Amino acid sequence: MARRLGAGALALPSVIWLAVLFIAPLAIIFVVSLGVRDRFGGVVLDRLSLDNYRSALAPEFLPTVWNSFRYAGLTSIFSIVIGYPVAYWISRYGGAHKALLLILVMLPFWTSYLIRTYAWMIILRDNGVVNSVLQGVGLTDEPIILLNTDLSVVLGMTYGFLPFAILPLFVSIDRLDHSLVAAARDLYASGRSAFVHVTLPLTMPGIIAAAILTFIPAIGDYVTPDLLGGAQTTTIAKIVQVQFLSARDWPSGAALGFLLMVVTIGGTLLTLRILRREVL
Amino acid sequence: MHRERNPLLTAYTVLVYLFLFAPIAILILFSFNDSKRNFNWRGFTFDWYPKLLSNGDLIDALGRTLQVALVAVVVSTILGTLLGLGLVRMRSRGRGTTETLLLLPMVTPEIIMGISLLLFFAQLFGGQGSLTQITLAHITFCISYVAIVVRARAAGLDPQLEEAGRDLGASAWGAFRFVTLPLLTPAVLAGAMLAFALSFDDLVITTFNAGVGSSTLPLYIYSKIRFGVTPEINAISTIIVAVTAISILAAWRVGALRGDQADRVIPDEAV
Repeated sequence: MARRLGAGALALPSVIWLAVLFIAPLAIIFVVSLGVRDRFGGVVLDRLSLDNYRSALAPEFLPTVWNSFRYAGLTSIFSIVIGYPVAYWISRYGGAHKALLLILVMLPFWTSYLIRTYAWMIILRDNGVVNSVLQGVGLTDEPIILLNTDLSVVLGMTYGFLPFAILPLFVSIDRLDHSLVAAARDLYASGRSAFVHVTLPLTMPGIIAAAILTFIPAIGDYVTPDLLGGAQTTTIAKIVQVQFLSARDWPSGAALGFLLMVVTIGGTLLTLRILRREVL
Repeated sequence: MHRERNPLLTAYTVLVYLFLFAPIAILILFSFNDSKRNFNWRGFTFDWYPKLLSNGDLIDALGRTLQVALVAVVVSTILGTLLGLGLVRMRSRGRGTTETLLLLPMVTPEIIMGISLLLFFAQLFGGQGSLTQITLAHITFCISYVAIVVRARAAGLDPQLEEAGRDLGASAWGAFRFVTLPLLTPAVLAGAMLAFALSFDDLVITTFNAGVGSSTLPLYIYSKIRFGVTPEINAISTIIVAVTAISILAAWRVGALRGDQADRVIPDEAV
């Protein structure tokens, strides 16, 4: 009799589930993206072609693509820069309260993303909290336009996905053997130099994980561009949503979605591969 | 080794915590604002809360959300726990592929998963959208999160503990049930809470799989928010925030206590 429950038997149910309800549907996106829309919003797969990709990559669509990458990239950078010192502080000085401090970081995350985005609408709109305060103390007469700008979109995304950066950063900083830093200090490294040459490289897996975990939800997010970016802000995700739910042109939406998927999944797998080779 | 806190770093950390909580605090504050248009502070009122109870659409949406979340949490916690544990025990060959399969749903943008399931279910059920469809979708994206959390703890377990259970006469199942599972409990609980929050909160994937009469709470709120800020929405939001905060803190206390005990002693039943 086996000494332990077998690994294969434990993993099998989930593997089957994900194969059927995750992998197969992804493949269907690709198939549908080759089709055309019929008059009733259905999908016709008689003559398969790459026409939908051709229109998705048309030059007039480039600003939309650029918007998506810019928002997601800035969100990743801000999340890591804001989150790293906090993760470091929790790991080094959190003591007995580490778990509670992490729960507190995660608490906003457990709160509906939608509600948190809505909170920023209250704060940023023309007669919102920020403008009321600024006008109240006499710093400005006219409301400053904060909502429906690039700033509000990136702010909303950074706020929404910051916990995704702090958690992996904390894990890798907490795992760091601090005697290595102490050793560097004993060998006369300055505090800054010990950080740059010891702490930072050793926590790089956490930084890369944080970058991926914030970039991906950000680039696929259509809620924040919609609620905090207003009508004139277009992103790939927002157009996919329109194609599926209002314009009902599934093949064209599927082509855009497939490209988004290739970029994010491809990019992630590549990063993980590099990470494994270089760091782990 | 120096362990003195850097005051600047401490101040910065406090500021980031304020940044995390201030918007939620403001949201809660305005749910007590005695102004229909919610522009400025007009005085304290509790009126918006009783009004929610008479909102039938809202109560129905809440019921559907909980129904989906409960099923999704139970199924995904079982599947995810087994997967997380299986991964730790796997030999290197199958492990890489399985790990990739586990990570993919987490790194796939929600909108992609949403449209892929919409197209998939359109083949099976005709593309109408339903609560069943939403539940199946939620299970799919919750499995990975549970598995990751469980795997992290399972990887830290000494395999000799289960071996010792076997040496002392436990069956393979008994050793799993009385040695490994109790040691994993905090992680399983944490995974389940994560799954609950993900399911309860999910708007994007649900949007693509909802049909007539299967609108959940996030969908209801989204449809209202698009028409502007109202104190009713603030009141609903406040209740949701309170419920999740209290349950997370409670689960954390239970999970933390059990985790400490599990680290220190091997439960009596195992022997």
